[in-house]
Amino acid sequence: MAGVVAHPDHGTDFAVRLRDVCHRYGKVTALDHIHLEIPTGQTVGFIGPDGVGKSSALALISGARKGQDGLVETLGGSMSDSAHRNAVLPRIAYMPQGLGKNLYMDLTIRENLDFFGRLFGQGKRERNERIASLTRATGLAPFTERPAGKLSGGMKQKLGLCCALIHDPDILILDEPTTGVDPLSRRQFWLLIDAIRETRSEMTVLVATAYMDEAARFDHLIAMNDGKVLATGSADEILSRTGTESLEAAFIALLPEEERSGHHELIIPPRTENGDIPAIVAENLTQRFGNFTAVDNVSFRIEKGEIFGFLGSNGCGKTTTMKMLTGLLAATEGTAELFGKPVDGQDIELRRRVGYMSQAFSLYSELTVLQNLELHARLFHLPDDQIKPRIAELSDRFGLSEYHDDLSERLPLGVRQRLSLAVAIIHDPEILILDEPTSGVDPVARDGFWELLVELSRKQGVTIFISTHFMNEAERCDRISLMHAGKVLISDTPDAITRGRGCATLEEAFISYLVEASGEQESAPEPDPDQIAGDDIQPDHWKPAKASIFSPRRLWAYSLRETMELIRDPIRLMFALIGTAILMPVFGYGITFDVENLTYAVLDRDQTPESRTYIENLSGSRYFEEQPALISNNDLEARLLSGDISLAIEIPPGFGRDVGRGASPEIGAFIDGTMPFRAETIHGYVEGIHQRYLAESARRAQGSASSPLPIRIETRYRYNQDFKSIYAMVPSVIALLLMFIPAVLMAVGVVREKELGSITNLYVTPVSKLEFLLGKQLPYIGLGLINFVLMTAMALFWFEVPLRGNGLTLLVGATLFVIATTGLGLLISSFTSTQIAALFGTAIITMVPSVMFSGMMQPISSLEGAPAVLSTIIPTSHFMSISVGTFTKALGFAELYPELIKLAIFFPALSVISMLLLKKQEV
Amino acid sequence: MFSRRIGNIYRLGIKELYSLRRDVVLMALIVWAFSFAIYNAATGFSHDLNNASIAISDQDGSAISLRIRDAFLPPFFQTPVQIAERDLDAAMNSGAFTFVLVIPPRFERDLIGGRNPEVQLNIDATAMMQAGIGQGYVSNIIAQEVSSWLGGKSAYAGANTDSAAQIVTRYAYNQNATSSWFTATMEIINAITMLSIILSGAALIREREHGTIEHLLVMPLDPFEIMMAKVWANGLVILIASMLSLIFVVQLVLGVPVIGSKLLFMAGTVLYLFFATALGIFLATMTRSMPQFGLLFILVVLPLRMLSGGTTPLESMPETLQNIMQIAPSTHFVKYAQAILFRGAGIDVVWPEFLLVFVIASAFFAFSAMRFRKSIAQMR
Repeated sequence: MAGVVAHPDHGTDFAVRLRDVCHRYGKVTALDHIHLEIPTGQTVGFIGPDGVGKSSALALISGARKGQDGLVETLGGSMSDSAHRNAVLPRIAYMPQGLGKNLYMDLTIRENLDFFGRLFGQGKRERNERIASLTRATGLAPFTERPAGKLSGGMKQKLGLCCALIHDPDILILDEPTTGVDPLSRRQFWLLIDAIRETRSEMTVLVATAYMDEAARFDHLIAMNDGKVLATGSADEILSRTGTESLEAAFIALLPEEERSGHHELIIPPRTENGDIPAIVAENLTQRFGNFTAVDNVSFRIEKGEIFGFLGSNGCGKTTTMKMLTGLLAATEGTAELFGKPVDGQDIELRRRVGYMSQAFSLYSELTVLQNLELHARLFHLPDDQIKPRIAELSDRFGLSEYHDDLSERLPLGVRQRLSLAVAIIHDPEILILDEPTSGVDPVARDGFWELLVELSRKQGVTIFISTHFMNEAERCDRISLMHAGKVLISDTPDAITRGRGCATLEEAFISYLVEASGEQESAPEPDPDQIAGDDIQPDHWKPAKASIFSPRRLWAYSLRETMELIRDPIRLMFALIGTAILMPVFGYGITFDVENLTYAVLDRDQTPESRTYIENLSGSRYFEEQPALISNNDLEARLLSGDISLAIEIPPGFGRDVGRGASPEIGAFIDGTMPFRAETIHGYVEGIHQRYLAESARRAQGSASSPLPIRIETRYRYNQDFKSIYAMVPSVIALLLMFIPAVLMAVGVVREKELGSITNLYVTPVSKLEFLLGKQLPYIGLGLINFVLMTAMALFWFEVPLRGNGLTLLVGATLFVIATTGLGLLISSFTSTQIAALFGTAIITMVPSVMFSGMMQPISSLEGAPAVLSTIIPTSHFMSISVGTFTKALGFAELYPELIKLAIFFPALSVISMLLLKKQEV
Repeated sequence: MFSRRIGNIYRLGIKELYSLRRDVVLMALIVWAFSFAIYNAATGFSHDLNNASIAISDQDGSAISLRIRDAFLPPFFQTPVQIAERDLDAAMNSGAFTFVLVIPPRFERDLIGGRNPEVQLNIDATAMMQAGIGQGYVSNIIAQEVSSWLGGKSAYAGANTDSAAQIVTRYAYNQNATSSWFTATMEIINAITMLSIILSGAALIREREHGTIEHLLVMPLDPFEIMMAKVWANGLVILIASMLSLIFVVQLVLGVPVIGSKLLFMAGTVLYLFFATALGIFLATMTRSMPQFGLLFILVVLPLRMLSGGTTPLESMPETLQNIMQIAPSTHFVKYAQAILFRGAGIDVVWPEFLLVFVIASAFFAFSAMRFRKSIAQMR
C-alpha cells in the first residue's frame, strides 16, 4: 500500500514511514511485514488488544528499540542510521506503556521535570518557566512537591506527558497512556492533547490504546492484530467499511475468519429475582493504611446470582474492597457478610464457598494446565473419585483439554484467563470474585469469557462480583458501583445510572459523578491547556539545545537524580552506609590467622618434678589454656573426640628418670587435625615449647647458656612485630569491602533502571552513553569514599590499627580504587538484565578473585600461572598493597606510586569497555 | 483435621518442587554450589605452605651457606634469590619476598669455631598465613642443614645431636593435616546455609511477585501450612543435594575419608535446615523485592559463614563475638558436623549440640511463622 516517496534529507510529508518491517522476540513474531505511512501533523491511533505489536511498532518509531528487518523512517531518515537518530532524538518524545514507566517514583513532580529539562539541555531559568507553564496547563501545579509514586494514575500520566512535552517535540509517541486511568482524567488528558495540538499544529501524535471508544477521536486509525495491520483509515471509514456501529464490533469484523469463528453477539438473559438472603452484604467498609484511606465507607448488597460490577480506575480501592470480602484483609471499620455470615479470615469453611481470581490471573506459571487444575482440586479437598471427572468437565467446557500438558506461562492470554476461571470455580463456589479478569484480552476472547460468566450466573445461580475499568464491560453487569478514590459514587443498574444523570453513555455519567465528587474534595484547579506555549510566544532564552557530544548538564542530571533516589531507598542506603560497618568486623575477625586460646590437657604418667617442669613450660605459653588433666588413654581419646581439647600431651612413665640418664624419652603430642591450619600452627607452637624446654634443661645440666643448636636464628617479624592478624587483615578487609560494596551498588543501580523501565530515557533522549555512565557513577564514587572514611575510622579507633604510613597516599589510592570498582560494577551491569543477577554476579566476580588472588591469603609473590595474571588485572591487589603498605608497612608515595599508576589505568579501560557494551537502544 | 493439614502441606510442597524444577537459575546454582564450588574450594586453595618467595643475602659465600640455599625446594619454596643487604628493605616493602635470610660474613668459620653465629630471618608479617607456617619450615631447614653438615665435620667438638627428650607429634583424624579435607566439608556447610536461605526466601518472593500467594490465602489453607510446605520441600532438595555432594564430590572425587555416620550427619542437617529455611522466609518477609532480599541476604549470610567456626577457629575470635555466635545455630552445626564427619563422634557426644540447635531453630521458626502471618495480613 506504500507509494515510494524518497526525500531522505529534506522534510517529507510523512512524519513516519515503515516499509516491510518485521520484528521478532525469539520465536514470537511481533511485527509481520508492516507497511505504514503517517503524514505530519496528524493524530494516529494504533488499536488492538495486548500483544499484537502496537508497542513494538511505537518503540521502533521512537528509536527506543533497534530495528531488525525493514526500514523505519522517522522525521525523514532511517532510524538505523545512528547519525540521523541522534539528530532527531531531541525532536521525539516517547512515553512507554505502563503507568509512569519512565518516571522516577521516589522523585517529586518538580524533580522529575527538572531531570528531563536538564537532559534536553535547558538552563535553570528556562526549566523553571517551562515547569511552571506545564504544571499549570495540566493542573499539577499545586502538587509539584509530591513524589511521583504517590500520585494517582491519572496524575502520573499527566506528569509523564509534561516530561514528554518539556522539549517541544515534533513527534509525540504515547503507548497506552490512559489504560487504567479514570474517565475524567482520561477526558482531561485528551483535551490537553487537543489543546497542545492547537498551539503546535505541526506536531504528530501517535497513540496506542486498548480502549476502542477512545480511538474514535483520532484523525486516523491503524487496527492491528497478530503483528499485522488489519485496516487503516479514519474511524468513520472503518465503520462504514465493516458495516458496524462500534469500533469494537468493527475490530471483530476485521479479524480473520478463523479467529472470529464461534463468536456471536453476547446476549445476557434477564435475571430472575429470588427472595433469598443476599449473597454479599457490605456495610460501611473502610480500610486505612497508615493515614491513607484506601476504601472509605463502602456499602452494597448483592443478590444471589447477580453479576455485580465495580467500575473505577487503577488504585481507586476496587482490589482492596475485594480483599476485604475474601478475608485477605481485615476491614479497619465496617462489616462484610457472605451468606449472612461475617467474613472471617480464619474461617476455612467459608473459603470453600468462594472463588477468587486475582488481578493479572495469577497462576502457577511453572506448572502445566493439568497440574494447576489438580493442585487446586486437591487443596480444596475434592473427593479423590470426583477430581478426574471434574477436571474433565471443566476442561471440556472451557476449551482447555488440548492445552493440558502445556506450561501455563506459555499459554495465550485468552486461554490463561479461562484456566484462571476454571481454577477459581473448580470447587463449585457460590460466590465468584473476579478482579479485572479481562484486562488486555482481545474482544473475541473477552466475549467468550463473558459467556462463561453469564452461564454461571444464570444457570447455576453463582453470584459474581467483578471489577473492571472498561465501560462496555460494566454495561453487561446487572448492577454496578462507580468507584473513585475509595468511595462508591453510586450503585445501580447501568441504565439507571446513565438515565439518572441525563447522559447518553455510561462514561459521561461516570464523568459527571466524578466532577461532582472532585468538587467536594481537594480543589484541584482545572487544567488550563492554554498555558502551553506555542512556538510563536516562546521567550528568546528558550533556545533549543545544540547537539553536543558531551554535556556536563546531562551528566549532572543523572548524578543528581541517582543521588536523590539512593537517599530515598532505605534498604539500598542502609546497605551502602551500614553495610561496611557490619561486614568490617565480620571479615576483620572472621579471617584471622591468630591461633590462640587453644585448649589442651596433659596425661602425666610420670608425676615427677621433671615432668611438671615440662608441663609448666606449656602452661606458661600465651597460646594455650590448660584444661583438667587427663586420666587415661580413653579419657584422652574421648576429650579429643568431643572437641573439648585440641591438644593432648602424653608424658611417658619414667620420663624424669630417663631424662636424667640421657635416654631421651619420647613425649607424645596428639593434635586434633580437624582444622589443618590450626593443627599445623599448634604443631609449630609445641615444637617451639619443646625446644625451649631442651634449652633450659641443657642450661641446668651444664650450667652454661649453650643452645642445643650451634647457631642462633634471629627471627624478625617485620611490619608486625607481634604477628597479630588484625594488622594485616584490617587493611586488607578495607580493600575487599571497598571492592565489593560500591561495585554491587553500582551494578544494581544501572540494572534497576532496566528492570523498572526508566532506562528508556537513555534510549530516547539526547543523553550520551558516556554522560549516562559517568553521571550514574559519580554518586557511587562519593558513597565509596564515605565508606572508606568510615572503615578507616573503624580501623583506627575500633580495631586500633594505627596508620603508620602516608595517609594522603592512602586517600589517593582509595579514590582511584573506588573509581575502578564502581567502573567494574558498571561493566557488569552492562551485560546483566536483572537486579538479582547483577547482585550475585558482582558478588562472585569481585569477591572470589579478591579473596583468593589479591595477596590476602597467598602473597602475590607466591602466585604463578593464571592466578598471577589475574592478580595484576584485578584492582583489589593493587589497592591492597597500598592499604597494607600505608597502614602497616609505614610506606608512602615514594614506595607505592607504581601501584597508584596501575590503579589509575583501570578507569579509562573499564569505561571504554562499558561504553562498548552498553546499548543506546533496546535490542 | 490433622490429616487434612498434612495433606495440604504435602500437596503444596510438591508444587514447590515443580516450581523449583522450572527455575533454571536456582537449579544451576544448586548444582554449582554442591559440586564445582566445593571442588574448587578444596583443590584451588590450600593453607599449606606453597611456592613461598625467599631471598638470601649470603655474605659468607661458604659451603654451608650454599648448602642452606640449596635446601629450599619446591613445592614449598621458590628458588631462593640472592640479594644484597642494602636492597633488603626495598625488596620487602614491595612485597617481592615473604622471607629474606641474612647469612653474616665468617658464618662458616664461626660455626666451626663453636661461636654460635647468628643468622637473621626477616619475615613479612603482613603475609599472615604464609609467614606463620613458613617460619617453622625455614628454621627447621636451617637447623637440619647445619646439624647434618656439622655431623660430617669431626673438627666440631661440641656437636651433640642427642637431646634430653624427644617429642613425637601426631595429628589425630587427619594424619597429614590435608587442608582439602577440611575446606571441602566446610564448603558443604556453607552451601547448605546459603542455598536454604535463598531457596526458601525466593520461593516466598516468587509467589508474591506472581501474585499467587493471595491465591493460596483464599483457599482453605492457613499460613502455617504454606510456610511448612516451603520449608520441607526446599529443605529436602538441599538435604539430598548435600548428601550426594558428600558422597560423590567429597568422598569419591576428592578422596576425603568420612569416618563418621552419614545418617547422624543427615539428622543434624535436618535440624539445621529447619532454622536456615525459616531464616530465608523471615528475610523474605522483611523485603519487598528480590533485589532487596539479595542485599539483606549478603549482610546476613556473610557473618554466618565467616564467624561460625568454619573459616576461623571460634576460639581465635574476641570473646564477646564468640558469645554472640553461640546464638547462631550455624556455629553449633559447624561444631557437630566436624565432630561427626572427622572424628566419628556418635549421638552420645553431639546430643547437647543437637538439642541446642533444635531449641534455637524451633524458637526462630515460631518467630518467623508469626512474622509470616503478619506480613501476609499486611499485604496489599
